[in-house]
Amino acid sequence: MRALTIARRELYAYTRSPLGSAIIAAALLVDGILFYYASVDTKKLSAQLLAQFFYDSTAATMGAGLLLSMRLLAEERQSGTITLLNTAPIRDRDIVLGKFLSAFGMLTVMNLLTIYMPLMVYVRGKVSVGQIAVGYVGLTLFGAAVTAIGLFASSLARSQVVALIIGAVMVASLILLWVVARAVDPPFNTFFSGLALHHENYRPFMTGTLQFDRVAYYLTLTYFFLLAATKVLEARRWR
Amino acid sequence: MGRPVIIFGNPVIEIQELYKYYGDRRAIGPLSTTIAQGEVVGLLGLNGAGKTTTLRVLACDLLPTSGSVRVAGFDVVERSDEVRAKVGYLPDRPPLYDDMSVREYLAYAARLRNVPSAQVNRRVAEVQELTELGDVAGQLIGSLSHGFKQRVGIAQAIVHGPELVVLDEPISGLDPVQIMEMRELVRGLRGAHTVVVSSHILTEISETCDRILVIDDGKIAWSGTEAELSATLKQGMRVTLTLRASGLSAKAAGEKASAALSGLEGVREIEVLEPNELGTGIASLRVTTTADVRETLTRSLVQAEVGVLQVSKEKELENMFLELLGEGEQPGRKRRKKKQADADAASHAGTATETNRERA
Repeated sequence: MRALTIARRELYAYTRSPLGSAIIAAALLVDGILFYYASVDTKKLSAQLLAQFFYDSTAATMGAGLLLSMRLLAEERQSGTITLLNTAPIRDRDIVLGKFLSAFGMLTVMNLLTIYMPLMVYVRGKVSVGQIAVGYVGLTLFGAAVTAIGLFASSLARSQVVALIIGAVMVASLILLWVVARAVDPPFNTFFSGLALHHENYRPFMTGTLQFDRVAYYLTLTYFFLLAATKVLEARRWR
Repeated sequence: MGRPVIIFGNPVIEIQELYKYYGDRRAIGPLSTTIAQGEVVGLLGLNGAGKTTTLRVLACDLLPTSGSVRVAGFDVVERSDEVRAKVGYLPDRPPLYDDMSVREYLAYAARLRNVPSAQVNRRVAEVQELTELGDVAGQLIGSLSHGFKQRVGIAQAIVHGPELVVLDEPISGLDPVQIMEMRELVRGLRGAHTVVVSSHILTEISETCDRILVIDDGKIAWSGTEAELSATLKQGMRVTLTLRASGLSAKAAGEKASAALSGLEGVREIEVLEPNELGTGIASLRVTTTADVRETLTRSLVQAEVGVLQVSKEKELENMFLELLGEGEQPGRKRRKKKQADADAASHAGTATETNRERA
């Protein structure tokens, strides 16, 4: 319950400051532009266009996820308001969960606002509702993982900019693991491609294939970084 | 001094052999003390003495390196949730969200501290009334003056009706009128809560607290009431005199006045100061006495044809405090500088640690 109290407060902060709206507006603009250029190619099958949309959407989701999460704990530390949370009878995991839910909620709303683009493909082309639904499941899971990484970065830094940089480096490193996977021999290539944030783990969602090991990967990654952020908060009390 | 007599109850705070280290630097320890229910206790110490660290441990914002700290019978490490539910904490920088109104913020603080939903509005209204925030309840916190922000800080600390209220430098940065109001507010907490207030403003502690804990170098250097402190140190009085001897230079006027006062009963020490007023023949003296002999001093000076422009008594608590900590004039300054240097070094070390963590 305390996590929801914190999440509500954070959502309130997003809606009251121009930051939340600006991030969402910018991300939707990027999504729209990418979709426009993808749809210009009339030779593409509608299913391919939809897959391309879900591929492109990860860029906006990644950027928005990092921008929304950078302030979550760093700003609290910078302004001293973290003391209110630290001295209230709330567990650190609830603080982290509340923060995560707020940013993830915003990100999910943002992703849902892009629904008009797949719907246009659905109305004008031949794609299944399943592909759209699975695509959004993938995008949501990807967003959850990026938000958790951003939150972890925010727990490490006092400055939001530093948090953003740390988060961006971590996300980029995880994405680029597929490059590492190509450069190494078996069995390590399978290992690295299995860990990559985007490539192998995300592609099945784009084409409407729901694979539970991919779902488990994103959920595990999200849990891992939320746990890490919790441990950082716990460690600060002992410093 | 007109304060109600309060019989204090069971211990709310029990600290035994508390140590807190920041890296290799000892911030507090060994520190042991007990504070009874209903007491208003002042934690007095120079900057860097360990006041804030002690309060943060009490509020579970920091955990001790070693030792035992129990609040309302619960250990701050093993039962920190229970402790936090019973403590209200105002840090030296109030934890306020500028984008929330006072009412919204207090309701948020109440919910965080387990106030049942049905009671949140009532509790918020009560603390708004107690802290006189009713008129600004709908305003954004960011638009409030510093004094009102401090009030909101206190309101959030008591919104859940805690047993223990911990206030770190509550009058810091306030103007004289706000200080008077804040003093009243802290006094108003007496009875309903046990209160621990830290300050380096010595008179503040004597104005608001039943008992003083003097903390020095992370340890309790002394504990008791102001009267007990005075009796312990057999402290006399320091009087500053501004004098005028017509036709003499400042130096000669000072010497003439010193000669007139030396040997008087009760006069322990005379020190010629830099004149605190401009003009011919004006001198300033500081006279340390064993008792209040201001009339005798004035009479002797007048008899010696030295005009008395001003007689002022120095704050006794300040003298006692400095004496307790072994602070003379020059050594005191040196010591304060050393403390400041230590604090700066610690701050740098902290920053370096943070930076290292961020790099990590």
